[in-house]
Amino acid sequence: MSLANEQTKEATQALIDEVLEAYPEKSRKRRAKHIGIQKAEAKDCDVKSNVKSIPGVMTIRGCAYAGSKGVVWGPIKDMIHISHGPVGCGYYSWSGRRNYYIGVTGVDSWGTMHFTSDFQEKDIVFGGDKKLAKVIDEINDLFPLVNGISIQSECPIGLIGDDIEAVARNKSAEIGKPIIPVRCEGFRGVSQSLGHHIANDTIRDWVFEKSEPRAELETTPYDVTIIGDYNIGGDAWSSRILLEEIGLRVIAQWSGDGTLAELENTPKAKVNLIHCYRSMNYIARHMEEKFNIPWMEYNFFGPSQIAESLRKIAALFDDKIQANAEAVIAKYQPLIDGIIAKYKPRLNGKKVMLYVGGLRPRHVVDAYHDLGMEVTGTGYEFAHNDDYQRTTHYTKEGTLIYDDVTAYEFEKFVEKLDPDLVASGIKEKYVFQKMGKPFRQMHSWDYSGPYHGYDGFAIFARDMDMAINNPVWNLTKAPWA
Amino acid sequence: MPQNPEKVIDHLQLFREPEYKEIFASKRANFEFGHPDEEVARVAEWTKSEEYKEKNFSREALTINPTKACQPLGAVFAAQGFEGTLPFVHGSQGCVAYYRSHLTRHFKEPNSAVSSSMTEDAAVFGGLNNMIDGLANTYSLYQPKMIAVLTTCMAEVIGDDLQGFIVNAKNKDSIPQDFPAPHAHTPAFVGSHVTGYDNMVKGILNYFWDAPDAAARVEDDGINIIPGFDGYAVGNNRELKRIFGLFGINATIISDVSDVFDTPTDGKFRLYDGGTTIDQVKAAKNAKATISLQEYCSPQTLSYIKDKGQDVTKLNYPVGVAATDEFLVKLAELTGKPVPAELTLERGRLVDAIADSHTHIHGKRFAIFGDPDTTYGLSRFLLEMGAEPVHILSTSGSKKWEKQVQKLLDSSPFGASGKAYGGKDLWHLRSLLFTDPVDYMIGNSYGKYLERDTKIPLIRLTYPIFDRHHHHRYPTWGYQGGLNVLVRILDKILDDMDNHTNIAGETDYSFDLIR
Repeated sequence: MSLANEQTKEATQALIDEVLEAYPEKSRKRRAKHIGIQKAEAKDCDVKSNVKSIPGVMTIRGCAYAGSKGVVWGPIKDMIHISHGPVGCGYYSWSGRRNYYIGVTGVDSWGTMHFTSDFQEKDIVFGGDKKLAKVIDEINDLFPLVNGISIQSECPIGLIGDDIEAVARNKSAEIGKPIIPVRCEGFRGVSQSLGHHIANDTIRDWVFEKSEPRAELETTPYDVTIIGDYNIGGDAWSSRILLEEIGLRVIAQWSGDGTLAELENTPKAKVNLIHCYRSMNYIARHMEEKFNIPWMEYNFFGPSQIAESLRKIAALFDDKIQANAEAVIAKYQPLIDGIIAKYKPRLNGKKVMLYVGGLRPRHVVDAYHDLGMEVTGTGYEFAHNDDYQRTTHYTKEGTLIYDDVTAYEFEKFVEKLDPDLVASGIKEKYVFQKMGKPFRQMHSWDYSGPYHGYDGFAIFARDMDMAINNPVWNLTKAPWA
Repeated sequence: MPQNPEKVIDHLQLFREPEYKEIFASKRANFEFGHPDEEVARVAEWTKSEEYKEKNFSREALTINPTKACQPLGAVFAAQGFEGTLPFVHGSQGCVAYYRSHLTRHFKEPNSAVSSSMTEDAAVFGGLNNMIDGLANTYSLYQPKMIAVLTTCMAEVIGDDLQGFIVNAKNKDSIPQDFPAPHAHTPAFVGSHVTGYDNMVKGILNYFWDAPDAAARVEDDGINIIPGFDGYAVGNNRELKRIFGLFGINATIISDVSDVFDTPTDGKFRLYDGGTTIDQVKAAKNAKATISLQEYCSPQTLSYIKDKGQDVTKLNYPVGVAATDEFLVKLAELTGKPVPAELTLERGRLVDAIADSHTHIHGKRFAIFGDPDTTYGLSRFLLEMGAEPVHILSTSGSKKWEKQVQKLLDSSPFGASGKAYGGKDLWHLRSLLFTDPVDYMIGNSYGKYLERDTKIPLIRLTYPIFDRHHHHRYPTWGYQGGLNVLVRILDKILDDMDNHTNIAGETDYSFDLIR
């Protein structure tokens, strides 16, 4: 390690120590394990992860319900997802995530609607199973084209001892449609992550176990699926277009713009392609064991990773697909050259600090590198150790790593490391903009997108330039102040 | 290839390109196994029918697209209106992420609140340790002047005793013994965000007014104002302060979020800014009177204050001429000061504006949805301009609210076709809009889906507004606020007229330059 690196590392460590100083001792010791500096040739980031958040620190994390209803199940468009319990959870997660879909909302699709059993005190005291049964009847009555129903449990369900599985079984037999009970109460686990896992398990137990792929679906040797793409701003579409261009056939999207039939048909795929490993690796592993379907992680952020992923995907198929992949990469090269020629001079050397969830704290790093930018800090809301193992592939030595960062830590880290851009979520956005820091939301793409694929990279580059080079940032200081 | 470095296109245009249209069609045809187009069209038509409406209105268990959130949202909002105060939400942590996101998406401002992050073990053993550690962490990290404790439904279901827990935490030195930590139980399965607002304000007043060392009440000339949960709080609270200034009175706004929800971008993040000070809260006990500007955000608080011996008044969102008159007359009566000439002039100007524009508003039929007081106030303003409120809907609305709105409708010939729908939701409203259409709709951003289905133009005037920016910075209360509301309504009506007459060669006749 060079002297300069050593000095930077010491300075970063001093910063970490200084920031942690604000905590009471017990919490300081716990938080210290979640913050690290990336070492050279490290296998993981050497930070503790996937453990309980410390109370009272302003964690940015959500809950299991958010992971199941908000992430995995919610985007399945031809089903109705009941927020089962009090009114709030479904209200706050109502139509906020930009999981784009095409359908007639209210008639054959329900993605931007909010269905709840709106628990009252009597439901808590006497139990909500009867109400749930009635909710299901009313849904089936008012929305006859609904293809299935999921029951997304909120905190009280698991605490009052309701038997939603029994209701689901009985009602499913009665109405002749799949009903999936999901035990994703918000107090389970430590973050959104367990909600993803629970939701995956319910697809295994209540979809795969109870239905067969549609016989009408004829298979081809080129059938793949997109798993773990929520079609935020249309991401799955700008990914699908590339897979189809290289000659593959995408038979299912999980779960952005997805349908119940697509879930059911997935066991017919030749390969499952996983974008968000964190939220859907469980079902991919299950299908590998049960149906012998291999799975592969890919990364469609930024041209370097897109080309590498297209080649890796193509390598699983024949020469024709491999040749197609080369042709597609070549076809988009002029677009990418044009984008980089336009935006790299404006972004070269700019520093970014990331804090997101799922796959993005690592997957977007090379997209920034493609634009000449540098990622000086990154962290995950709800990663496990296998995410941190996958991170060192992308990040450079000396990168500050923060797991389940608190609002306090993040503010201080940004204040001291002074990046040119902060890329995180809606709760962080205005904090940093007040500080005069350019900011992009990296959950919702700040209402832009898509960011996946070649078409998406052009938008990503445009947006990063817009954030960093908007003249408003020159106005934050009054001339007399 | 649709994308081009010269002019990068995003989702707004990208997916309309032929390459994408083709993949949408093939996905739908080959993989989605959806219903045939004719069947979808048939059901879509059926959802607009009288038969469907009846079915829809006979729902007993299912709520679809409600206009209400849960108690803690209102309690967090209320707590944030006190100086240096951090809401501490005892229960599951995901809830707090939701409240913060929700308020941030409306106000486009940071929103700070913490959670005690209870998980499965706390569900079994109770959340006392979370409270003890949590308060200590919050106190050290964020250095608040006050921590306002409230609950999620998880903590309520397992029956955690907030008061006892806070005492316990103080005994463990999490926070100093004399550190203000008021609390409110805010179960999500009772009432809605307006109830939570009420509970939190009452909890904070109660903490200071009934403290063991609190001085006995000695009535003074003070006036307290409780604004209630309000998406326009930034503009409205500042308008209230301007009105007090013109009157020359020192009224206390109890819970004032107008500064913390409108901090400058000047290089510094302010976790706290402005708000009602603790000294003001203590002194508010001695005030001679309290006026609540939103009755349904304050029933318990007002009853508590009344018991202390204060004169209490409840209003229902003072928007428009008569509602503002009523508010100012009350202020004059309580303070013994005349309504300032400046406000009388402003009143005249608002009446002038209505007179200038009444031709476009008179007889127009409206649907209005939102919180109980907001919908009442806006209906009243419409009536006084000669518009007809037809469907007035609030999921938080009670039977009492329905009666109150009916009484208002009965007071004007323009209310003859109106009806209040308490406890109903936006899917009910969709049926009403198809079976008994109106000209315009006043509501929040979620109304855009109704606008898409029914083509009835939406005027965004209730909480939350996520898809338009900065309206919350302008008041809706007082005569100035009335003017803003009038202009928002008029702009939509006039745009709508243009949009219906802009086909060259066909409707040139009504496409008037001067309206």
